[in-house]
Amino acid sequence: MTRVIVGMGTCGLSAGAQQVYDSLEELCGQREGLFELGRTGCIGMCYREPLVEVRQDDGARFVYGGVDPDLAGRIVEEHVAGGRVLEEHLAVALESGAGAPEGTETGFLGSQNRIVLRNCGTIDPERIEDYTSTPEGYKALRRALFEMTPGSIIQEVKDSGLRGRGGAGFPTGLKWSFAAGNESDVKYVVCNADEGDPGAFMDRSVLEGDPHSVIEGMIICARAIGASSGYIYCRAEYPLAIRRLTIALDQARANDFLGPDILGSGFGFDIRIKQGAGAFVCGEETALFASIEGERGMPRIRPPFPAEKGLWGKPTNNNNVETYANVPWIIVNGASAYSALGTEKSRGTKVFALAGKIRRGGLAEVEMGTTINDLVFRIGGGIIGDREFKAVQMGGPSGGCIPSSLGNTPVDFESIPSTGAIMGSGGMVVMDDTTCMVEIARFFLDFTQKESCGKCTFCRVGTLRMLEILERITKGEGRIEDLDKLEKLARQIRESSLCGLGQTAPNPVLTTLKYYRDEYRAHIEDHRCPAKSCLALVDFFIDAEKCVGCTLCAKNCPVGAITGEAKKAHVIDNSICVKCGKCISSCNFGAVYKN
Amino acid sequence: MATALATREDFTYRLWRYDGAPGELIPLLQSAQDHFGYIPRRAISHISGVTNIPESTVYGVITFYSQFRLQPMGKHMVRLCDGTACHVAGSAMLIDSIQDELGVEVGDTSEDGLFTLFTVACLGCCSLAPVMMVNDDTYGRLTPASARKILRDLRRREGRSRKEAAAPEA
Repeated sequence: MTRVIVGMGTCGLSAGAQQVYDSLEELCGQREGLFELGRTGCIGMCYREPLVEVRQDDGARFVYGGVDPDLAGRIVEEHVAGGRVLEEHLAVALESGAGAPEGTETGFLGSQNRIVLRNCGTIDPERIEDYTSTPEGYKALRRALFEMTPGSIIQEVKDSGLRGRGGAGFPTGLKWSFAAGNESDVKYVVCNADEGDPGAFMDRSVLEGDPHSVIEGMIICARAIGASSGYIYCRAEYPLAIRRLTIALDQARANDFLGPDILGSGFGFDIRIKQGAGAFVCGEETALFASIEGERGMPRIRPPFPAEKGLWGKPTNNNNVETYANVPWIIVNGASAYSALGTEKSRGTKVFALAGKIRRGGLAEVEMGTTINDLVFRIGGGIIGDREFKAVQMGGPSGGCIPSSLGNTPVDFESIPSTGAIMGSGGMVVMDDTTCMVEIARFFLDFTQKESCGKCTFCRVGTLRMLEILERITKGEGRIEDLDKLEKLARQIRESSLCGLGQTAPNPVLTTLKYYRDEYRAHIEDHRCPAKSCLALVDFFIDAEKCVGCTLCAKNCPVGAITGEAKKAHVIDNSICVKCGKCISSCNFGAVYKN
Repeated sequence: MATALATREDFTYRLWRYDGAPGELIPLLQSAQDHFGYIPRRAISHISGVTNIPESTVYGVITFYSQFRLQPMGKHMVRLCDGTACHVAGSAMLIDSIQDELGVEVGDTSEDGLFTLFTVACLGCCSLAPVMMVNDDTYGRLTPASARKILRDLRRREGRSRKEAAAPEA
């Protein structure tokens, strides 16, 4: 029977997938025997949500974008019942059977190489049968338990060249071997699902769309290092991911994939979920352990490293969601299949979250070594409104801005750090010529300054001093010696902080200073913001065409700079204006603009 | 307290079940907040008494994490995203508009007790930026005007239902 499947990840739900699902459920009941209704996680095409897929018996898959309850009804009547594809609403056609038309968005999915996201948007994350029917689906676990030794599992992961996907890129197999080599009565496997970078949502989509792949990866790791207990530390801001993980863990226990004697192998392991409570620093592993232990999430001094003394002082292996999701694929398909992908030092694929001023925002998994331009233009479809591509911000608050002139840089663990940014967990925010780079640096520093746990003086006080300087510059009150002061402070914070948060906090400032020093100088010397973004450095005008003369802006202006008769276009006197921006935020017609 | 009885069991059950296992403080605080909507003074004493963790330490953990609140919340929670994608899409201007519309600063509750306004680091629906959540509903691709309209409509509905509640027979 034809299946109709609704994409129900967080992005789909916030675009209205639940209403679409409800209306389809009603139709399904009315037209008994016509189609089967299902749900799936995020396929990654966030820009076309809500998505509905029609999966025909011949294997052809048609994905419709921007579906509302009305369109859902038409899809059922015309496509499912009538056999006519609604081409004008089609987002993509996959594995097309006979007579399938060319998909309109094949550029987005066609250029990808999906290993981590192999099941996202394909299976129902709340049905373990869907996962076990995939080529990996707990078959990797069987192989790891009955055909491999702990040593050969670690060797396989080492040979695959898999490196930690949380940001630092430490070789995963090597990390496992450290934890395996330390003798202890109890060992732990921890999964870091505290995806805190603003602008990154890869891990959330994997947990919501394919939770079993992460769980299976953790069990294989536990078998390799000899751990008996595991934790998934997940952000409380991801309620749907926590719910799906809870369901998946119960199913895995019921199917004997977790428990005191897994599949009769004599090996026992179980996993518990710990909800984070909102602290960015808990993405740092020693802070994460402190948080699991119920304390303030502050980092500890290393050594001893977690492989020796981690959670509760016991040997612990900690990887992030994406790293574990790779493991079952590697065990089933072999290390050589994985290491055939990517570059010499960065093997395999990486998932990126594309966001910002990009046409096709969403999740894209590509081979390591793909260039930034490929991601932005071939997959992302270029910049919204055909504006100029200015820069891409990688690695979140710890990363940096890479200018479009370096767009040919391949994304891998060697090339990206050479630009001053970091790979990070994979957030990629694209910026156009309306984004002010000084303001962006201020924005990230504001974030790290608030999230600093306060343990190290340079991180606690130094980031605040840097933030004050940047605020001064964006207000047009900067001094030219501020630029040297920023660089000096940045160096000191980097060298004197204990953990990754402080060590990388100055990166956004350093990279923007490196590539956009002119913009800083324009703010300081000419009191001008080239991107016309910083409120204090632009003039305000009213578009006489759009203004209806409602007088709201004039009433809100604190200094009486706006004049005009009711029902006629108003005018701003820039000699009186104090640039507070109240007129823009009060206008209901979008008539006020900056220049 | 009668209205909250339904969820109360979870919090007391958790406390009652506490067997001295380490690492339970944060889950206990989370269940207290689920129950009360915030963490009241007496919950801190109660948890401290059962776990033997000093009240000062409990307080230190509460103030470390942004999830925990020591003040009661308004009826509607407005969470405006200020993640990178939303910031680039102009969320700073939205913060001004919403503060102005609701008459509250970020982190505060309006005088009529209807709205509490927060900014959050990322709601994870970056492709709909700029985004805000009102309770469990997400609104994307906002402008100052559309954000104001959403909140104004909500306030109007509240005013109406309040009048109806005051005079149910009329």
